[in-house]
Amino acid sequence: MTMLPRPVFPFSAIVAQDEMKLAMVCSAIDPSIGGVLVFGDRGTGKSTAVRALAALLPPMHAVVGCRYGCDPAAREALCEECQTRAKSETLKDRLVPVPVVDMPLGVTEDRVVGALDLERALSQGVKAFEPGLLARANRGFLYIDEVNLLEDHLVDLLIDVAASGENVVEREGLSVRHPARFVLIGSGNPEEGELRPQLLDRFGLSVEVKTPTELRSRIEVIKRRDEFERDKPAFVAKWKKQDDALRRKIVAGRKRLAEIVLPDEVLEQAAKLCMQLGTDGLRAELTLIRAARSLASYEQAESVDVAHLRRVAPPALRHRLRRDPLDESGSTVRVERAIAEVLGEAEVLNG
Amino acid sequence: MSAESDAALIVSLFAVDPGALGGVCLRSPVHPARDQWLQALRASLPEGMPLRKVPSGIPDGRLLGGLDLVATLKANRPIAERGVLAEAHGGVVIVTMAERLTVQTAARLNAVLDAGEVVTAREGVTISHPARLGLVLLDEGEEEERAPVSLLDRLAFLLDLGAFSMHALLTPEHEAADLEAARARLPNVEIPDQVLQALCATAIALGAGSPRVTLLAARVARVAAALDGRLEVGEEDAVLAGRLVLAPRATIAPAQSAEPPAEPAPQPESPPEPPADPPPESTPPPEPADQPPAEPPENSESDREEKPPQLDPEILADVILAAAQAAIPAGLLARIRSDAVQRAAARAGSAGRTGALRKSGARGRPSGIGTGPPQGSARLNLIETLRAAAPWQRLRGRVGGDARVRVRPDDFRITRYQQRAQTLTIFAVDASGSSALNRLAEAKGAVELLLADCYVRRDQVAVIAFRGKGADLLLPPTRSLVRAKRSLAGLPGGGGTPLAAAIDAAGALAALSQRRGETPTIIFLTDGRANVARDGSPGRERGQANALQAARILAAARVATLFVDTSPRPSELARELAASMRAQYLALPFANARSLSAIVKAATAS
Repeated sequence: MTMLPRPVFPFSAIVAQDEMKLAMVCSAIDPSIGGVLVFGDRGTGKSTAVRALAALLPPMHAVVGCRYGCDPAAREALCEECQTRAKSETLKDRLVPVPVVDMPLGVTEDRVVGALDLERALSQGVKAFEPGLLARANRGFLYIDEVNLLEDHLVDLLIDVAASGENVVEREGLSVRHPARFVLIGSGNPEEGELRPQLLDRFGLSVEVKTPTELRSRIEVIKRRDEFERDKPAFVAKWKKQDDALRRKIVAGRKRLAEIVLPDEVLEQAAKLCMQLGTDGLRAELTLIRAARSLASYEQAESVDVAHLRRVAPPALRHRLRRDPLDESGSTVRVERAIAEVLGEAEVLNG
Repeated sequence: MSAESDAALIVSLFAVDPGALGGVCLRSPVHPARDQWLQALRASLPEGMPLRKVPSGIPDGRLLGGLDLVATLKANRPIAERGVLAEAHGGVVIVTMAERLTVQTAARLNAVLDAGEVVTAREGVTISHPARLGLVLLDEGEEEERAPVSLLDRLAFLLDLGAFSMHALLTPEHEAADLEAARARLPNVEIPDQVLQALCATAIALGAGSPRVTLLAARVARVAAALDGRLEVGEEDAVLAGRLVLAPRATIAPAQSAEPPAEPAPQPESPPEPPADPPPESTPPPEPADQPPAEPPENSESDREEKPPQLDPEILADVILAAAQAAIPAGLLARIRSDAVQRAAARAGSAGRTGALRKSGARGRPSGIGTGPPQGSARLNLIETLRAAAPWQRLRGRVGGDARVRVRPDDFRITRYQQRAQTLTIFAVDASGSSALNRLAEAKGAVELLLADCYVRRDQVAVIAFRGKGADLLLPPTRSLVRAKRSLAGLPGGGGTPLAAAIDAAGALAALSQRRGETPTIIFLTDGRANVARDGSPGRERGQANALQAARILAAARVATLFVDTSPRPSELARELAASMRAQYLALPFANARSLSAIVKAATAS
């Protein structure tokens, strides 16, 4: 599918919604955090933010002619075709934009996982594999709007692929496997339905967005949106400087990521926090630490400190709490309570 | 300004630029005024502009497009067929019986309205088409049945024609030439910042929807100016937009609207206070002082701001608000006060969707392939069909040069779908007397436990509470835990026991659910001591008699019913009542959330 390059609303021009923006930036710096789920009110610019993020991402190296956009530098992650080619030749590479693949509503399974190339099957009688959305999303982002309305069989499929990083196709007499490592971004309105816990768990971070009720930010939202719609190219040009600066910060953050020091004390606090909240498994702790490191790197710190942990803890943990329907307070409140108990009150730390 | 002239004006405004204004929701039964309105719209749209009509249950393939099977087999290569939305690019799509739209279909329409294009990835075809269009929803819903809220959020106008006289005359005052001139003028119409600010303030004061709605109001103001032959939006345009776009979405009664910042909290916190003090300085100074950190390099607006000195955003906001408040339908306000309206609106999604979901058998989880012709809702599985045909090609006389695949009826394969019948568990909870609070808390806990447990099963839960004079639908059918928590927060207990009203209400909800093809189960939580009659008058004798009568009517409906007797000493009275409604009787003096949910699970599983 070719996407026409349409002007998208600039990321920097999104009013407020700081937690959402931060979660997306952290995820862009360190994709291993595992994606972002954005749940919230109608009309809060959830999809706008995802599309804006796509425009921010710096290009990546990919093998020329590879249908899965393999990274020439990552030998172990090459697809079968590239592996074969790598034995006899040096793989050529070029810079391509990071794929941000939109999962259209009403998509059928064959388009997602890939299927028999119908055209060639019909006209030439050739059995060939036509890659699907998962192939295109490899090394990039897969965006699912209204993720809570996704049909069950597609959810099952995504849960599986998101965990293994590999898409295995066994259909129509085809037997194909190819890498499918992507950052999952989902958005939706919780009033329209809940998300399966297994899918919830595949998201590294989860943020809640609310309609700005404060008059001034509301006015700013409307003004910028209105300005954008009236003259998109001009509006994009106006914000280019800010977007460029943000892109540079993301690139720098990625480069620095490996050098960020992770003190034992921070690790210990992260573990305590997860224990306090009773989150299952190691995934919570790992995500928490990765997100904190990503934030530290983004903010040009040399090491991760407790303040970083404090800021990423709500998005990293709120969707991993074991559900207790009889506890009145929402998950955000529970995380905040635990933060206060384990890490102390914010004032003490800042002082 | 009469309702008729407003309805006529909406035709003109919408016809100027349907794509920019999202659309119109026409709520009314089949009605002469509705026919007139649609006729006026047809007459107002420019010649050649596409106008398509679709039923709310339209399958994805027709809506979004997909593979054209006949053409594909003929041409021997995949040929895509455009869906209705792509065909209507640049025009208007009318959706009939919009109250039956499923959230899934609504989500597809939302995506197209947002992006201005339709992206299809179905059955071997991946393609995108431009689709900038306006929608007209014909919503014939009764009471709380309405089109999904997420879709209404994207339409500028919500128009209720239900109250119009049968002889109402809708005469658009704009000629085709006026509309044409307005279309030409529209791109150059400016909207002063003060007007945007005033619209924002009004929207917040009325609690009117998401930012998207305010943006639509701004666009309507712009179209109104263009229609009036001006190049700058003025006070009258903003007032009009407030009245037509914001007022029908008001969720806050005017008495409360004096303090904008506190209002739009989703949860009803405290009862509205009397409008004792005059509106405080609710609108901040015009200049956007507290902007988010990332600010554009130069603020080009600042010099424009000083130009029209006559527009003070604060005063303008008051004017718009006053006009909008005057236009809020009387019935709407009454419902706002009881704060049931938010729940009703929120419910819309689930109300419309369940039935349709059941109805179209072509949904759900694919569970294998079957043979047979693609009739009715059965969907042809093309790949499997071709596979079935492939081995026989030579036998059927296909020679080397002939590129055509020979498919015979025997080859047809269809995808089988499996869909679990949806269940709805209706709790009818006695909130009367002294034990009310405890019982309600336990019922609420049980509801939440059930929902937490069964969202994979897509089961729904509803809660009816009864006390004083009647029964209230506290939680409309939902499977959203978020909504359940919100709706069940805080309900006063005490008062009489209107059991008859409760049985009636539960029966009506169950009947509605059955009509949608769901399987309802009713759970009564009460001590069975009715002391309020159907008409709300107190009295043990009539209360009991009415309750028994209601119970017999319910028995005739053959809904699975469970009667949980919560009184400390199980009574014969309750047992008798349970028997006459043919309910399973269960004495559970100390019902708690966990035991309740366990019982319900056991009862609904059988």
